[in-house]
Amino acid sequence: MNYFLTEEQEMIKDLAAKIAREKVEPIAAEYDENEIFPNDIVEILAKSDLFRVFIPEEYEGMGGGVLEMCLVVEELSKACGGIALSYAGSALGTIPIMLFGSEEHKKKYLPKLAAGEILAAFALTEPDAGSDAAAIKTRATLENDHYVLNGTKQWITNGGEASIYTVIVLTDPNRGVRGTSAILVEKGTQGFDFGKKENKMGIRASATTELIFQDAKVPKENLLGREGAGFLIAMKTFDQSRPGVASQAVGIAQGALDKAVAYAHERHQFGKPISSFQGIQFMLADMATQVEAARALTYQAARIIDSGAKNIAKISCMAKVFASDVAMKVTTDAVQVFGGYGYMKEYPVEKMMRDAKITQIYEGTNQIQREVIALQLIREELRKKG
Amino acid sequence: MNIVVCIKQVPDTTNIKINPETNTLIRTGVESIINPFDMYALEEGIRLKEKHGGTVTALSMGPPQVEESLREAISLGIDDACLLSDRAFAGADTLATAYTLAAGIRKLGGADIILMGRQAIDGDTGQVGPGVAENLGITHVTDIRKIEQIDEDGTIIVERLLEDGYVRLKIKLPVLLTVVKEINEPRLPSLRGKLAAKKKEIVTWVEEDLEIDSERIGLVGSPTFVKKIFTPPKPSGGKIFQGDTREAVASLLEELKKAGITAGKKGSEDGNN
Repeated sequence: MNYFLTEEQEMIKDLAAKIAREKVEPIAAEYDENEIFPNDIVEILAKSDLFRVFIPEEYEGMGGGVLEMCLVVEELSKACGGIALSYAGSALGTIPIMLFGSEEHKKKYLPKLAAGEILAAFALTEPDAGSDAAAIKTRATLENDHYVLNGTKQWITNGGEASIYTVIVLTDPNRGVRGTSAILVEKGTQGFDFGKKENKMGIRASATTELIFQDAKVPKENLLGREGAGFLIAMKTFDQSRPGVASQAVGIAQGALDKAVAYAHERHQFGKPISSFQGIQFMLADMATQVEAARALTYQAARIIDSGAKNIAKISCMAKVFASDVAMKVTTDAVQVFGGYGYMKEYPVEKMMRDAKITQIYEGTNQIQREVIALQLIREELRKKG
Repeated sequence: MNIVVCIKQVPDTTNIKINPETNTLIRTGVESIINPFDMYALEEGIRLKEKHGGTVTALSMGPPQVEESLREAISLGIDDACLLSDRAFAGADTLATAYTLAAGIRKLGGADIILMGRQAIDGDTGQVGPGVAENLGITHVTDIRKIEQIDEDGTIIVERLLEDGYVRLKIKLPVLLTVVKEINEPRLPSLRGKLAAKKKEIVTWVEEDLEIDSERIGLVGSPTFVKKIFTPPKPSGGKIFQGDTREAVASLLEELKKAGITAGKKGSEDGNN
């Protein structure tokens, strides 16, 4: 299939696919079972320059954009959605620095992130603030030249593993979402600790932890953008990162489809390979069609974002919703094609089904995504009417 | 430190098919790769350069498409690459290949260390490495599993893999070493390396570029005659002894005794053998 990628994008895709095939796939089941964070794979990705692909050249990147990031995430996710997340989660943490960081922030962090020497993370969710992001309670109070942070963030991807965290905090509790700000916090800051590591259904090789702030002192220069822009920074970041989740979903789905096709060809019942039965054929055909459609929408969203378009929330949400729903459906069907074997941990598809589920939930539940899409539709209609 | 790594492009398959008419490999539709053993040689060459400085050059002999393999070597971190490609080189056996590669290395200005894989997965002879060393008049050691150190006085300490252990050797440079897969874990290419490889000019030398005797290259210079290549027939007629282990072992020993394979001094009756 020709996806009209440039020569350099093909190169990125091929290299990520090689790493996925040769390095990730052989360890995926073990890292999932034992919840091992893939430091070794992160090192391989770093040496291969894959952390550079979406970072501007002036900061040691290779000047690509969201599409390049998506290609890497998709290829890695074909082998393991959890291991791919160590990369995608770092991209999520890097985006706010690229979009809203000062020249100093960029010079300080982007070259190291590009080299894969350090990982980044993004922290918004709290125990009582998920979809209702404006309900966050983590406070940052300006005291002389420092912000003092107090509160707890929850379910933070790359928690404990990342060196730099973009944390959405409340700087003015009287102003609601307009009282939120984004602050960069380095690992090792006094008063900044990591809580429990979550025991998850899927993406188990990915580290998900609490971030605990107890009078953590952060220089005021670590503020991203201006005070009060926290919610906006979070939303603009998600607009760019959601195609990453979509490509994770596409990768997981493609991985499951590939396994299902191969298995259907090998597995014999009634003296024939089960791929010769229409009941299986129609399932495989639908799975393949859905994956292709999800990929098309994901690449389209990434390309629109990379073109510099302004209103990207709608297409970005569409890609995430569609691809993640496809991933859930396709992986469930892959388990069905495998039958009883599919339900067993000795075979790879049950893990893919577990990994797929999170893509419908994180970086905004699919219900919230649909709300954003609908809101945009209504706004566009109102604008038409003037 | 001047390092040369000789590589060979081979078909990427363990199920190589042979044309029964010509007794040669059927290469159509088979992707070409760098001989897997040579990947360890390339990695070791890059590591030596990273540790001791100098340059590492990849050298190969073959048709023009071998350039792709040399570009792959560049993408891994090899500095320069050189291809010996001429119709006159075609059909070379190990003798002619070793002679030609040695001429290429001489033209490159020689080397302190020449690295090669222990053998190629298509021909499986393992002769070209030692052959190159003989042509250059330098020492060679095969099956290196570790390069321990290189000293200022121009000596190198290596470990050579043996069937049941290893031998540690101290050798004077220059030396040609063929490596085994235990020596390292080859790296993957980097994107920057791949981009550099795309732009890199690969030097190609033809017969006239080398100081060689045209009677000693290619098919003309190859005394090897392949009479027949075939897949040996699978051994058949085996017998499986089933059931209770003691009884099965007893009847196996009985059969072996009958066939005169075991001396059968002690019977299997006690069941403890």
